[in-house]
Amino acid sequence: MEITLTHYLVLSTLLFAIGLIGVMRRKNLLMLFFSTEILLNAVNIGMAAISHYRGDYTGQMFAFFIIAIAASEVAVGLGLLIVWYKRTGKIDLDQMTSMRG
Amino acid sequence: MFEAIAFYLFATLITVMFTITVMTSQALYALTAMAAGMIFISAFFFILGADFLGAIQIIVYTGAVMAIYAFGMMFFDTTRNVIEKRSNPRFVIVLGAFAAVLVVFIVLAPIVTTNLEAHYPIDLAVGNTQAIGMVLFTKYLVPFELAAIMLLVAMIAGIVLAGKKMDKSLTLMAEEEIALMHASSVSETLEEGAH
Repeated sequence: MEITLTHYLVLSTLLFAIGLIGVMRRKNLLMLFFSTEILLNAVNIGMAAISHYRGDYTGQMFAFFIIAIAASEVAVGLGLLIVWYKRTGKIDLDQMTSMRG
Repeated sequence: MFEAIAFYLFATLITVMFTITVMTSQALYALTAMAAGMIFISAFFFILGADFLGAIQIIVYTGAVMAIYAFGMMFFDTTRNVIEKRSNPRFVIVLGAFAAVLVVFIVLAPIVTTNLEAHYPIDLAVGNTQAIGMVLFTKYLVPFELAAIMLLVAMIAGIVLAGKKMDKSLTLMAEEEIALMHASSVSETLEEGAH
C-alpha cells in the first residue's frame, strides 16, 4: 500500500473544494479570509508533493512564495477590514453594496 | 506502511478541521480549527521531505498569520452572528467540487503526457535546508527580493490602515501642540459620551 502522487493530488483537490465551498458560502468577511487561506494551503500540499515525487526543488520554491503572498494578503486584507469596520460597524458581505451592483 | 498510516491519519484530520472552519458559525471555533489544520499540514511537508517548508509552515502560518487573525478578531464583534442565508447549499457544494476538479485538470492537462525533467534535481548529499538555500539564493534571487519588497509594502499598508492618528507625527510636534491634541481628543470623547 504505497502512497503515490495521485493520493496527494486527490487530497489537494478535496481541500481546494472545501475552500471554494467556504468562499461561496460565507457572508462574514473574516470567515471569507479563512477560506482563502485554506485554498492557498491546499495548493501548497500539491506543490510539495510534486516536488517530492518529481525530484525537483521548484515546487518547494513556489510553495515558499505562496506563503509569502499569503502573509502579505492577510496584513493588507485585515487592515482594510478594520478600516471598513470602523467606518460602518459591519463585516457582512451582503451589506457592502455602496456601488449598487 | 507507516507512510500510508500517516497519510490517511493526517488527511482525515485536515479534512475534518477545514470542514469545521468552513461550516461552523462560531468565529473562535473556526480560528482554532484552522490553526490545528495548519499544524497538520506541516506534518505532510515533513513526510514529503520538505523539512524547511514544514518549519516555515508552523512559524509563518500558525505563528504569524493566526496571531494576526486573533488580533483582528479583537476589533470585531464576533459574538454577533452575521446572518448567512443558505439559498441553495447543495448547489454551492457541487459547484465548489466541480471548480476544484476543473482547476486540477487545467493544471495537469498540459504536463500529463510530457516527460518532465527536473530543473533543480533533489540532491540527497546535502540537507533540505541547505539545498533550499542554494537554489533560493542563486536561481530564485530576483523573486526572493521582490517577495521581500512585497512584504515591506504589505507591512507599511497594514500599519497605515490599522493605525490611528497617522496624519500627525508625535516626534515632530512641539510640546504645546501635543498637549492641545490630547485636550481636543479628550473633549471629543466627552462630547461623544454626552451624545
